[in-house]
Amino acid sequence: MNFEHSEDRRMLADSLNRFIAEQYAFETRDRIAKSPEGFSADIWRQFAELGVIGALFSEADGGFGGGGFDIAVVFEALGRGLVVEPLLGAVMAGEAISFAGSEAQKGLLAEIIGGTTLAALAHDEADSHYALTRVQTRAARSGDGWVLDGAKAVVQQGAQANLFVVSARTSGAVNDEAGLSLFLVPAKTPGLSVRDCPAIDGGRVAELSLDQVKLGADALLGKEGQALATLERAVGRGLLALSAESLGAMEAAKTATLEYLRTRKQFGLLIGSFQALQHRMADLLLEIEQARSAVINAAAAIDADRLTRERALSAAKFSIGRIGARVAEESIQLHGGIGMTWELPLAHYAKRLVMIDHQLGDEDHHLQRYVALGKELHA
Amino acid sequence: MDLNFTPEEEAFRSEVRAFLADKLPARLSTKVATGKHLSKADMQEWHAILNARGWLANHWPEQYGGPGWTAIEKFIFENECALAHAPRIVPFGVNMLGPVLIKYGNEAQKRHWLPRILDGSDWWCQGYSEPGAGSDLASVKTQAVRGIDAEGDHYIVNGQKTWTTLGQHADMIFCLVRTNREAKKQEGISFLLIDMKSPGVEVRPIITLDGEHEVNEVFFSDVRVPAENLVGEEDKGWTCAKYLLTYERTNIAGVGFSVAAMEQLKAIAAKQRKNGRPLTEDPAFAARMAKVEIDLENMKTTNLRVIAAVAGGGVPGAESSMLKIRGTEIRQEISSLARRAMGPSARPFVAEALEDGFDGQPFGPPYAAAAAARYFNNRKLSIFGGSNEIQKNIISKMILGL
Repeated sequence: MNFEHSEDRRMLADSLNRFIAEQYAFETRDRIAKSPEGFSADIWRQFAELGVIGALFSEADGGFGGGGFDIAVVFEALGRGLVVEPLLGAVMAGEAISFAGSEAQKGLLAEIIGGTTLAALAHDEADSHYALTRVQTRAARSGDGWVLDGAKAVVQQGAQANLFVVSARTSGAVNDEAGLSLFLVPAKTPGLSVRDCPAIDGGRVAELSLDQVKLGADALLGKEGQALATLERAVGRGLLALSAESLGAMEAAKTATLEYLRTRKQFGLLIGSFQALQHRMADLLLEIEQARSAVINAAAAIDADRLTRERALSAAKFSIGRIGARVAEESIQLHGGIGMTWELPLAHYAKRLVMIDHQLGDEDHHLQRYVALGKELHA
Repeated sequence: MDLNFTPEEEAFRSEVRAFLADKLPARLSTKVATGKHLSKADMQEWHAILNARGWLANHWPEQYGGPGWTAIEKFIFENECALAHAPRIVPFGVNMLGPVLIKYGNEAQKRHWLPRILDGSDWWCQGYSEPGAGSDLASVKTQAVRGIDAEGDHYIVNGQKTWTTLGQHADMIFCLVRTNREAKKQEGISFLLIDMKSPGVEVRPIITLDGEHEVNEVFFSDVRVPAENLVGEEDKGWTCAKYLLTYERTNIAGVGFSVAAMEQLKAIAAKQRKNGRPLTEDPAFAARMAKVEIDLENMKTTNLRVIAAVAGGGVPGAESSMLKIRGTEIRQEISSLARRAMGPSARPFVAEALEDGFDGQPFGPPYAAAAAARYFNNRKLSIFGGSNEIQKNIISKMILGL
């Protein structure tokens, strides 16, 4: 039993935290998050140089980490700094390529790790509501290759990505587990159009429209019709990443709120001296510690057997979804009116905390999934 | 970062399991599992079995008869005992007074009282709370006046203690008494050991809402106590009191109890039917169960993180307040779900069904008998040991610095 991170991971976390503190102050972040690109190419390049992207991948994939706690350490730091750069896309698209890709396709991993390829997972659709199997986008064989038709929704940094991992149905009905396939689709492929807009929590998201998108045989990632396991793994790493990011954001929100309770006066007293507020803050502390344990459990289970892993991931995402929203709402409330303003960094942490619950499945989705996985476990 | 126990710890766990399989009488574990009341003899029997193995006083240093376990070994032991439905060790002598005597007692006191705790010669109870001193413990009013007469140096004690758990069985009581009314609240308190057979001691039962006789009131009328029964210095008893309260809080989360109760809940919910289907398939009930199960999974790790910090040289201070709050909330929620799982069968209440020797026809499923009573009894968890609101005050002061 040991809850200390290894020396390497501590150094990684320290240097990333330091970089973010020095180069990613709130004003910088606000400017980047609102920019037309929705991220900073310069910061992205520096993340690659610092090895932050490489830490998310195993040595076999050309990285120097890739463990559950590597992902957790990096994303907690990103969450603390409210970083909008698209590391989540790198994790999920990268895992799909690593798990299912051919040797030639795995060549893309070096570009992702090096920061020259911005990859994104394009899976969600307008009415999928987090269901992993609900895919209406279709891929049909055409000669040696494929033709894709359909639409993808809310793709993280979709307008800036130059490579998409797109899910499409090659057979079966819309909710079937079998018949899902994944394709590597370069952003410049004819027939693919992208329309993007800002996200309320910073950065940008896009809709992809696929109209007779013609792809070669080498675009298929993994076996035809058998992509669900790959998707689950890719999304699983994303769940861990988002959970850890949320934890970092919760810690930052807690620190800011505590600071406010220790400085703001009303009725001639520090508001932190009022028991009604003290108890709410104590509740938040307790919940955040439970969220940290949930992230630890998920990180420890990332390489376990499927049911153990997926149950821990759903348990974590449920926990951080529930707790993240609570921390956000309580932090705003404890700040009072100033908590409602754009100028206060806390407000942006609150937005991110709540919106993380809208990525890769919310609290309700993962609670139901946890129940369903439990039935499989006891079947 | 490694969430696994070491091979040595796994071996220790196996040893504890083998011991429990061999030595825990099925009669006792069945009573615990089904929520039946344990008699004094039941509790003494388990106490003696643990003592014979040298595993009773697991928070005492080895020189006084402790097993010399690490914090993690204690955790493993407590969890395995809970999972095996072992009776709870009656904590007042072993886990509360013992450490206080070892830290603050004089040599004569240690030599006399510690072996008697181990061999069960004295059943101890706790004289802390009073009608006017609950969460505000330092406002105890029970008075001890020092005097000397022909028979020697002594105190005369007058006052009342309450919520005295299992005091009806006790031979001895350790009490917080006021020896100085002039001093500030905390500074005039002394820690005194009183023989329950002394003239002037009267025990009256308090029947709790579940019909159980677990707690008592204890009245003191001119009770003569030898001065040698003072532990630590006169007027410095608050130090002992606090030490006792903060000592050994690693098991305050009661994770083992919750895991055992969760397993029982799942088994029961799988047997109960709603619309002809197992209750576990009812989406609303399944969601309630999953929520508390996830909270418990998180709590296990939170608890181990606190223990690992202790084992690594850290001090569990206010962190134990977090464990207490969430640990008791989880235990209460599980017993709430066990009650809900019974449906209408939660209401029939045959008090005798919880006692030895009952062979009547049960109302509803056999496991329904104790569900509601246990739920109501468990409301105490968030009140005793410093109410959960007091724990939040501690967190806010000690951790948040507010």
